[in-house]
Amino acid sequence: MNDKLIIAGKSYDSRLLVGTGKYKDFTETKNAIETSGAEIITIAIRRSNIGQHPNEPSLLEILPPSKYTLLPNTAGCYTADDAVRTLRLARELLDGHSLVKLEVLGDPQSLYPNVIETIAAAKTLVAEGFQVMVYTSDDPIIAKQLEDIGCVAIMPLASLIGSGMGILNPWNLQLIMDRVSVPVIVDAGVGTASDAAIAMELGCAGVLMNTAIAGAQQPVLMAKAMKQAVEAGRSAYLAGRMPKKLYSASPSSPTAGIITSTRA
Amino acid sequence: MITLKLNGESRTFPAVLSAADLIEQLGYTGKRIALERNGEIVPRSNYANVLLAEGDQLEVVVAVGGG
Repeated sequence: MNDKLIIAGKSYDSRLLVGTGKYKDFTETKNAIETSGAEIITIAIRRSNIGQHPNEPSLLEILPPSKYTLLPNTAGCYTADDAVRTLRLARELLDGHSLVKLEVLGDPQSLYPNVIETIAAAKTLVAEGFQVMVYTSDDPIIAKQLEDIGCVAIMPLASLIGSGMGILNPWNLQLIMDRVSVPVIVDAGVGTASDAAIAMELGCAGVLMNTAIAGAQQPVLMAKAMKQAVEAGRSAYLAGRMPKKLYSASPSSPTAGIITSTRA
Repeated sequence: MITLKLNGESRTFPAVLSAADLIEQLGYTGKRIALERNGEIVPRSNYANVLLAEGDQLEVVVAVGGG
C-alpha cells in the first residue's frame, strides 16, 4: 500500500516520530529507536561540557544522520530569540540541514507552548529557509496561522509534555485537521499504545513521542507497541470505522435458516 | 593573554587565537560541534580565518538526546 507520510516534499514510511531523551544509556536509546521503526528522530542542542571527556561517544555516532532524519528541537527555549539562535546552531551542526522542530515554552511547570513567541520564531525561521515542524497548543486558529506562515507540519499537543495523559481533546485535533492541509502530528501527551492508536484513528498524519517510550518499564518493548499502535490506528483510519449505534438489531449471523422449535 | 566567555564561563587563552586553535585546544577537532561567537554562527569552513578577541562570548554546542 502506498501510504507515505510526506513532510516538506520528503516521504517517510513510518508515521511514528520519536525523541532521544531520557533513556538509561546509549544502548537503550539505540535499541528503542531501532525497534520503533521511526525514521525521524528529535535531538536537543546543548552547550558542550568544556574540558570533560571530548572523546566520549556522542549521540550522533549511535544515531547517524546517514540513517535517520534528525529533527533538532528548541526544547527549553522560552523566547523566540533563543529558539531561533538554537536552530541556527543546529543547522551549522548538521551541515546545513533545514528540517527542525520549533517549540517555545510558556512556563517550566506545565511546559505549555507560548504561541505568541512560537509565531514570532516561526516567521523568522521560515524567512531564513528553515523547514519548520511546529509544536503548538491545540488551538485551531493558531494552527492555521502557523500553516499560513509556512510551517511544514503542525504538531499540537494531545496533553502536556511528559504527562502521559493521552488525547484530552480529540475535537480540537479534528478542528485543526479540518483547517490545515500540511501534516498534523500529535506531539506530546501520549502515554501508552492506545493513545497513539486513537491519534491515528482520528486521522492525524503521525505521532511524536519520547517519554511514553523512554519512561516505560521496558522501553524497547514499548517502542514495539507504539510502532504497532501507530500502524494499527492508521489502517483503521484508512479502513473507515463502522458507524456507532447504541444498538443495531442487525446481528452478524444470518437471520434466515435458524432452527427453531416453532411449528407453523 | 585574552579572556573569553566560553559557554558562560570565563577562560583565559594565549593572545593570538583563531577559532580553529580554540577548537583544537578544547579537543573538538573533527567532532560534530557548532560554534557561535557574539551571537553569530561561525561556519566550520571559516574557523581558521576567525581571530578571537578579548571579551568574545562563545558558545560551543553538541547534539544530545531530547524530545
